[in-house]
Amino acid sequence: MKILVIVKRVEDPEIKIKLKADGSGIETEQMKYVVCPFHEIAVEEALRVRDASGGENEVVALCVGPEDATQQLRTALAMGADRAIHVVAATSALDPTLEAIACEKVIREESPEIVILGKQAIDDDLGVLGGMLAERLGMSQGTFASKEISLDSDEEKSKIPALKIEGGRLTVVREVDGGIETLSLSLPALVTTELRLNMPRYASLPGIMKAKKKEIRTIQLSDAIGDATMQLKVIKLEAPPKRQAGMIVPDVATLVSKLRNEAKVI
Amino acid sequence: MSDRLSLDSLLNIEHLLHDDERAARDAVQQWVKTRYLPLLTEAHRQGTFPAEVIPELAELGVFGSNIDGYGCAGMSNVGYGLVMQELERGDSGLRSMCSVQGSLVMYPILAFGNEIQRKKWLPELASGRMIGCFGLTEPSAGSDPSAMKTTAVKDGSHYVLDGMKAWITSSPVAHLAVVWAKVTNEDDHIRGFVVERGTPGFETPEIEGKFSLRASPTGEIHLNECRIPAENLLPQSGGLKSPLSCLTQARYGIAWGVIGAAMDCFDTVLDYGIQRIAFGKPIAQFQLYQQQLTEIANQIVHGQLMNLHYGRLKDDGKITPVQVSLMKRNNVRAAREIASMARGMLGGIGITDAYPVIRHMMNLESVYTYEGTHEIHTLAVGRALTGLNAFGG
Repeated sequence: MKILVIVKRVEDPEIKIKLKADGSGIETEQMKYVVCPFHEIAVEEALRVRDASGGENEVVALCVGPEDATQQLRTALAMGADRAIHVVAATSALDPTLEAIACEKVIREESPEIVILGKQAIDDDLGVLGGMLAERLGMSQGTFASKEISLDSDEEKSKIPALKIEGGRLTVVREVDGGIETLSLSLPALVTTELRLNMPRYASLPGIMKAKKKEIRTIQLSDAIGDATMQLKVIKLEAPPKRQAGMIVPDVATLVSKLRNEAKVI
Repeated sequence: MSDRLSLDSLLNIEHLLHDDERAARDAVQQWVKTRYLPLLTEAHRQGTFPAEVIPELAELGVFGSNIDGYGCAGMSNVGYGLVMQELERGDSGLRSMCSVQGSLVMYPILAFGNEIQRKKWLPELASGRMIGCFGLTEPSAGSDPSAMKTTAVKDGSHYVLDGMKAWITSSPVAHLAVVWAKVTNEDDHIRGFVVERGTPGFETPEIEGKFSLRASPTGEIHLNECRIPAENLLPQSGGLKSPLSCLTQARYGIAWGVIGAAMDCFDTVLDYGIQRIAFGKPIAQFQLYQQQLTEIANQIVHGQLMNLHYGRLKDDGKITPVQVSLMKRNNVRAAREIASMARGMLGGIGITDAYPVIRHMMNLESVYTYEGTHEIHTLAVGRALTGLNAFGG
């Protein structure tokens, strides 16, 4: 069983984002980067499925991102992935079509039984890569994979995978409005992860040291996408307007009057 | 108002660290924040160590993380130091427990034990299945450990240990103790022994009434005709230099750790000073507040530089005990002053556990005194500089 997991490098959500003055992007000075939390959950699930399956199993981490994205691949390796592939691009916030083309090429070469990735990345929130990839690869897909039981349960604490392989098919539970949907997918299959799928493990210190010796194969983006060109262009980024300060009104009559005459909402 | 410069960017130590060192620091920082701090306030109020985190600490690999093999991570000494920094950013009690496990229990077994002893105990200690403690100090022998009264008498295939050890971190919960005793019927040298819990005559009463390191159990070790197998002697140990070399390991970690506590104080007072309004402006806009913030940041940067420099020397096998004395002395004094200053900067609320500062302040009182008091390290450096011994015979 080979599982390929995609990790995305994103800005650390704990650092306040500042826009460049011309709106062309965000300030990268003093920025820190992490593995996108959705994709961290994907890594965790891949490791659990690997460890629960008998026979020869392997988790391969794939990242399309700048030179420094090796750090995020090292995180996946420190968590327990076996080896990694780095498609070196100028940026993490790539056109999703190009990213899908690059991932497709690697996945066709690797031919894993399962591909897992986050349902979206927390930087651009596009959430389209999983669907695009499944379509390109002709794989069955289970999106927004979730877990029926609580994340406080003993099953979760024992790191039992939520994705189950039975009789050559993959069972995926997904949250839908007002209930749970269970899909049975033929393999190979692609899964995108919801936040409520598992609690990802920490990269342990021995894991971090072992990760230094694991293989990261690099491919240049141009070799992965051929002559494909950008489909999506970011024109401008703008911060939402600042909230106006509130005011305290002396009584209900003033409130009603202000709502009617100034805010014009009643 | 212009943008704020982060404390990290003031020194930009980031740039000088290796990937694995940064990753280790970030992993431990995240663990402390999400898993340990939510338990800490209550544990501190009750004066208990939340022992349920031991398996998680072990899984994270913090016990003996600079040891290579035996289930340990084999990190660089800078990586190890950063781990200590992040543990103590949480609480000095947590860092103390991990320092003792790694530097005072695992290290002597590694350095003075034989291969059988290493294989028997190190994986157990690395995995947290066993917690250890270190018995050197006695009620009447602190700064002068050569005055110890604890004795070991060889009796056939056993040693019989008698004596009392005091101020022992983790002793009430420990599964084993590395105990130092004078072997009176052999060569009268101080030697190390591993005493396992359950040995008749081995007791570890807890010390009550502490105002410091409340979330870390401190106790005594009573050895009352404690018969241990001769194979529990650490064979390479001999003389006071053996336990002192363990302390050099631990002090190195302390010098890093206290900077973590100081950073937590800085972050707290910076946030507070920007939020808190007095006389119509944030108190961080007042000159006095800025002077104190600058002083704190300055001392932290100073301590980090010392840590990084001596850490790299340690990785090259070039660090000396007097350099470690200087690190411990400088950084603990700085952290203690920072915590006290930060307590004042928080005003009235600073006396409560709504903020971590007073906890750090009280914890650092222990750290100032343990592992060689501030005064003893001063004299150790003074002796090295003058060649004249101000203490001892």
